[in-house]
Amino acid sequence: MSILLDRESKVIVQGITGKIARFHTKDMIEYGTNVVGGVVPGKGGETVEGVPVFNTVKEAVEATGANASLVFVPPPFAADSIMEAADAGINYCVCITDGIPAQDMIRVKRYMYRYPKDKRMILTGPNCAGTISPGKALLGIMPGHIYLPGTVGIIGRSGTLGYEAAAQLKELGLGISTSVGIGGDPINGSSFKDILEWFEKDPETEVIAMIGEIGGPQEAEAADYIKNHVTKPVVAYVAGLTAPKGRTMGHAGAIISAFGESASEKVEILSAAGVTVAENPAVIGETIASVMKKNAA
Amino acid sequence: MDIHEYQAKEVLSNFGVTVPPGALAYSPEQAAYRARELGGDRWIVKAQVHAGGRGKAGGVKLCNSEAEIYEATENLFGKKLVTHQTGPEGKGIYRVYVESAVPIAREIYLGFVLDRSSQRVMIVASSEGGMEIEEISAERPESIVRSTVEPAVGLQDFQAREIAFALGIEPAMTQQMVRTLKGCYQAFSELDATMVEINPLVVTSDNRVIALDAKMTFDDNALFRHPQIAELRDKSQEDPRESRAADRGLSYVGLEGNIGCIVNGAGLAMATMDTIKLAGGEPANFLDIGGGATPERVAKAFRLVMSDSNVQAVLVNIFAGINRCDWVAEGVVQALREVEVDVPVVVRLAGTNVEEGQKILAQSGLPLIRATSLMEAAERAVGAWKNDLDQNTRVRAIK
Repeated sequence: MSILLDRESKVIVQGITGKIARFHTKDMIEYGTNVVGGVVPGKGGETVEGVPVFNTVKEAVEATGANASLVFVPPPFAADSIMEAADAGINYCVCITDGIPAQDMIRVKRYMYRYPKDKRMILTGPNCAGTISPGKALLGIMPGHIYLPGTVGIIGRSGTLGYEAAAQLKELGLGISTSVGIGGDPINGSSFKDILEWFEKDPETEVIAMIGEIGGPQEAEAADYIKNHVTKPVVAYVAGLTAPKGRTMGHAGAIISAFGESASEKVEILSAAGVTVAENPAVIGETIASVMKKNAA
Repeated sequence: MDIHEYQAKEVLSNFGVTVPPGALAYSPEQAAYRARELGGDRWIVKAQVHAGGRGKAGGVKLCNSEAEIYEATENLFGKKLVTHQTGPEGKGIYRVYVESAVPIAREIYLGFVLDRSSQRVMIVASSEGGMEIEEISAERPESIVRSTVEPAVGLQDFQAREIAFALGIEPAMTQQMVRTLKGCYQAFSELDATMVEINPLVVTSDNRVIALDAKMTFDDNALFRHPQIAELRDKSQEDPRESRAADRGLSYVGLEGNIGCIVNGAGLAMATMDTIKLAGGEPANFLDIGGGATPERVAKAFRLVMSDSNVQAVLVNIFAGINRCDWVAEGVVQALREVEVDVPVVVRLAGTNVEEGQKILAQSGLPLIRATSLMEAAERAVGAWKNDLDQNTRVRAIK
């Protein structure tokens, strides 16, 4: 098993006719992802990479039975596209777009709450690299070949730092059940805590790795949740020990603005919750491996 | 994006928030003239810089005559104001705001922020205005009132009244307080602010509610739909390296160290800085060149990093995912042929086609230091910097 995404997921790509979206659609299909269509208003009837394009998500869902969506729509229109997916009955949506206004995301989150929890779409991102269940399906822009199938569940805010962790694990012969990018924006679809819940329930995931960074309360909220609800071992790394206070470090959400938001405070809070913290980014893989060894013993 | 106090006051007054009469000046003569125009016999002269803590740093002066205004502003113009928020280099004073003084009965703190826990706009208020919010939460946490706004309907009157009563505002002034709160919220949501802070919001002895100071920060991602706000950008208040980077579409933050960093991805960039520190060095900057890592972007990045005279070594760390390492390596080689770099350069490539990338670097004939792991890259960069430093000292000693 894996979480959120597997071979059965029927995927549509919103904004599929864009150059980058086309490229990644091809890449996802080659990886084995079941891409069933695309959505671009006004371009219904066209075909991209062998899949049909629809004018609306509703039409795409009716025609293909799609249940997952990847949003590649430019920032001014991305929030609208996410809400369209939620309304059309998509179960899982990944939004790659970087640069969505924060208040648009507030509106998206508010809109999604109009659906009861069992019918509410799960959103990860925006501003993320996507989600991959290695050997099964890829919903995003990451290089599939650096992920081995296995039992480590990864949740991360950063794209390339997530690649770094996956590559370190591959080097050690360790694989991943699912890797979920939650993105670097201040208002995001799912938090560390939300994804921890999924990994805790997934029988295939043995150990969970969280790759966090400065800014925001989500690592601390996760620590609190881990203490009370997670039985599986959790490893974490928090980037930004050298980041100055009050400055935005690339990701819109990577800014230390309150107590508990610096890397050292997050490390302290996570350690206190029983999480094994990798001291530097070069040993994320090793730290996960040693925790797995201990867990198996 | 930050704006100046006088700009924030103009914005907020358009949304019904009362501010004292005031005017902007670019010279001491103009400041004195502004005071005469405003009338009265007590004025406040305030240095316009993008930072809090101006009062304690000497950037705010109470004046009782035009002569005093002239003298006070003469001492401000062209100076760097150093507050606890500016860093040691301070921020240049090129504009001052002259305001009529108001009779203060009490001071209130009022802030609107994006609350990342509730994922909504949160109002934070305290009866202990005048102090920084950090001080208030440390010393008088019980004085803080919080309220989150339901985004579908916006701030409601009852919520604003609740805040007013919790702050102990006299019933006669509740309506003024409600108008102020709703005006701030409306400005926040309509203009895509990420922060509105009025500290202090004052109740005057003649029963008026007035914003004595105002600070606003806007969402960079939403400036495209607010051209009138985007125009308020003041580059004199930004680190010139950072403005240059922003104009070139790179994300850069200048730091105090001397090892320049060129990395793709924000998280990896922070992790690289952390590893440099761990290896005994100090990063000179944060720089995310984005996922693409094209030769043009790498060249731009080198130019930017080398424009910092503190940089004594450069570490390039690229994780090539979709882009292959051989392609990135060619970009690095091309960039180094274009840009003059006279400090050691350490390159670490990882990801797709890494061997071919390494081969291209090795065969380029450029004096590059190669590394395979992140830790090795950081150690080599720190080592190269120290070594280079020794050599330079030696050369200087011989001369």
